[in-house]
Amino acid sequence: MDKPNIVELDDVVIRFSGDSGDGMQLTGTLFSDTSALLGNGISTFPDYPAEIRAPQGTVSGVSGFQVHFGNRKIITPGDYCDVLVAMNPAALKANAKWLKKGATIILDADLFTEKQIARAGFTTDDPIAELNLEHYNILAPSITSMTREALQGVNLDLKSVTKCKNMFALGMCFFMYDRPLEHTEHYIDKKFGKKSAEVATANKLALNAGYNYAHNTHAFANTYEVQPARDLPRGTYRSINGNQATAWGFIAASEKSGRPLFCGSYPITPATVILEELAKRKDLGVKTLQAEDEIAGICTAIGAAYAGNFAVTTTSGPGLSLKSEAIGLAVMTELPLVIVDVQRGGPSTGLPTKPEQADLYQALWGRNGECPLVVMAASCPSDCFHYAFWAGKIAMEHMTPVLLLSDGFIANGSEPWRIPSMSEYPKINPPIITKAPEGGFMPYARDEKRLARSWALPGTKGVEHRVGGLEKDFLKGSVSHDPNNHQRMVNIRAAKVARVQEFLPRQSIMGPTKGDLLVVGWGGTKGHLTCAVEELQAEGKKVSLCHFNFINPLPKGVREIFARFKKIVVCELNSGQFAGYLRTQLQEFHYEQYNKVQGLPFTVVELKEKFNELLKEE
Amino acid sequence: MKEEYQYTPQDFKSDQEVKWCPGCGDHAILNSVLKALPVVARDLHYKHERFTFVSGIGCSSRFPYYMNTFGFHGIHGRAAALATGVKVANPKLTVWVTTGDGDSLAIGGNHFIHAVRRNIDINILLFNNEIYGLTKGQYSPTSKLGKVTKTSPFGTIEHPFNPGEVVLGARGTFFARSIDMELELTKDCLVAAAKHDGTSVVEILQNCVIFNNGTHADFAADKETRLERTIVLRDGEKMIFGKNRDKGLVQIGQKLMVVKIGEGGVTIDDILTHNVHEPNPGVHMMLVNMKYPNYPVALGVIRDVPDHTYDDEVRDQVEVVKSKRAINCVDDLLHSGETWEIK
Repeated sequence: MDKPNIVELDDVVIRFSGDSGDGMQLTGTLFSDTSALLGNGISTFPDYPAEIRAPQGTVSGVSGFQVHFGNRKIITPGDYCDVLVAMNPAALKANAKWLKKGATIILDADLFTEKQIARAGFTTDDPIAELNLEHYNILAPSITSMTREALQGVNLDLKSVTKCKNMFALGMCFFMYDRPLEHTEHYIDKKFGKKSAEVATANKLALNAGYNYAHNTHAFANTYEVQPARDLPRGTYRSINGNQATAWGFIAASEKSGRPLFCGSYPITPATVILEELAKRKDLGVKTLQAEDEIAGICTAIGAAYAGNFAVTTTSGPGLSLKSEAIGLAVMTELPLVIVDVQRGGPSTGLPTKPEQADLYQALWGRNGECPLVVMAASCPSDCFHYAFWAGKIAMEHMTPVLLLSDGFIANGSEPWRIPSMSEYPKINPPIITKAPEGGFMPYARDEKRLARSWALPGTKGVEHRVGGLEKDFLKGSVSHDPNNHQRMVNIRAAKVARVQEFLPRQSIMGPTKGDLLVVGWGGTKGHLTCAVEELQAEGKKVSLCHFNFINPLPKGVREIFARFKKIVVCELNSGQFAGYLRTQLQEFHYEQYNKVQGLPFTVVELKEKFNELLKEE
Repeated sequence: MKEEYQYTPQDFKSDQEVKWCPGCGDHAILNSVLKALPVVARDLHYKHERFTFVSGIGCSSRFPYYMNTFGFHGIHGRAAALATGVKVANPKLTVWVTTGDGDSLAIGGNHFIHAVRRNIDINILLFNNEIYGLTKGQYSPTSKLGKVTKTSPFGTIEHPFNPGEVVLGARGTFFARSIDMELELTKDCLVAAAKHDGTSVVEILQNCVIFNNGTHADFAADKETRLERTIVLRDGEKMIFGKNRDKGLVQIGQKLMVVKIGEGGVTIDDILTHNVHEPNPGVHMMLVNMKYPNYPVALGVIRDVPDHTYDDEVRDQVEVVKSKRAINCVDDLLHSGETWEIK
């Protein structure tokens, strides 16, 4: 048999989609991990419904996983896909809008029955025509029946056999992009082998059957090669998602501070994985407490902080609302605490599994009284480690709660990460007081450099003291209702947070330091903004990107950067919260806005369109 | 020479002016606590700096300010959660929660029952005055049905909680009850609570002289009344009460019954013997539910059952996993699982 043509490509986007029980997240992850091991640049985006098993065959139940891999560092999961795997008509319907012109579509012909087509909400019996996909490269093998056939000798019921069809589809994709099967086979053995050798065998058979089918039938006119990335720095790499990186960043901060890590938390999508990852780490002495509710999550953490642990609590928007009063208590008692908000679509329950950046105002101001704290944001899956570490460092050294913003996009997305050595990270020095100073202990006395009070741990002789939510005397920390004392305390709490600026890296800029358009963003949109700006720069346009990780306080150097551009556009996945914040912080500039609130990340295409418009206007 | 664990009540008293209303039952409770702590320190070998008081909001929650110990005045209802964090973070501390019926059974009900369920080793002093005092007189979850207050001008239409029943229902391992004026009994209950490993709840029937004066008076007004209308339970002793120690409790079928010893052929042998360590909560539940006038109100340690504590389990699990660990530091963690080289 002739080998098909081998075409070399720079990068490819594949979107795996099917019913929420079809195993598409696993399929996508296995493809992604295999490609990472080959040395490709990778970025992934799981797009799944809030329901665990939504009604079968319906559009609302479609679960998708997009993987973007290439021969260079990849920083977004890609706007549109080159290949769509659609395990049923609903998956095709839900994802047709994400196809590149002329993309390859792999369908399971067995599922394109009259009944399934109707369940997906098509009005005719020809989904391809109805979606105007006639000119796409459509492959419709009978995946389900071929899987069943391949697994005839396996001693499993029909339901279990049919479940292996995702491996058949994965096998086809592996052939198409010339990927080895070993990693996946090894995974299958590890995952299923112990419980049931039969299930492991079945999955491996289906995987090979798909691969061989694609090979033998010349299913594809071409196969493709994507070479390893050449621009990745040398080193040891691993794959990591944002939530795992956040959890590990906290453990790193615990190690570098010598303070045991305590996480008090309540499960909430899409933040739960942080708690799960920490719960695994008893080997490193991590204590996790799954609390009775969000409020208990943060209150146990505050109690642990008072008693001398590095305390964190993890949540998403609705949970942050519930924690508001307790965050105020942490501000008032000036205890170190990190609150992670993995943002999702809001308000209220909103869109639990979809990314959005609309909690910024809540993070900055969502409390009673004058209640400042440090707000920062991670911007890609792997830098969640870095910013979780820095959140811990700032919280413990400055004796303040820190709110770390992540979002569903970077929390669930994964990418290859060059593993840092912990020797690259600084020591964390919390201001723990070990004995009473002469003249008596003053709980609210501060160091001049950071304005931080000292951390007097229960169990330490001679520093017995009381803290609480009532206003404190400026030095003694006892209750004070004195008007002038309140003013001083309000001022010093604000000054302490503002002082953190002195300890932050200067704001950086990607691209020339002056030009026609400065793109401004923050948090999880960094990949898309970088891509769009780089592409415009390659076209010779005078565009740069100023992306923020530190929000309150802002780093130094922002004014100088902003002043050198003709136009500034603030891009965010909300209705303009960071733009509004910048208008209060740096009032002399005019800010254009580009906003999107659809529970979806930006696309590079739409960003470029907007930037070009702004560049044309005079 | 002063021995290591020898303290006086004065050692635990802060320099802050006590701001409860004159005549408030809280003053008596403070005195009982100040008397109990030196005994706890001596008997359990606790140093002064290990004592930590945590509270929520309400009159009872001002308590930490009056103690010369580590103290945390928290937010409304959250004392049990704060205290849980303190204890898990540092199990060596002896953690005390002062709270009220509103703080623990209304806004903080969830944290209260879950602290009890987890059996974390903290001591909860529940001041029950059946009213909201600090907000000036609204009904609480323990106010008697029909109680007229500012927010129930025509009487409440809600059934009250009985704190002991809530504790036992939440699988509580320790419950005791006292009355603010019974300083010695309160002290004894607090010492027993401290000695119990796990969540100890001591309900102290407390009089709010301003907004709910005399709410417990029908059985607690004075010494004489208390002798006749309450029963102080002691482990291993017969359940007898009355000025003449001639009344007792027997069990008839599913119920307890008050009998007079010597009447109708009843002898001391017929009277129930109190067993605080009985795991089956049946009799304990009947005891906490006894109400005057049908029964004497039960005081003293009602239940004290050994069980695993949450803080011990956390520590043990960490130790067990650590002893078998392959990952010793963050560098190990980062390199765990699948990795690859880029050269």
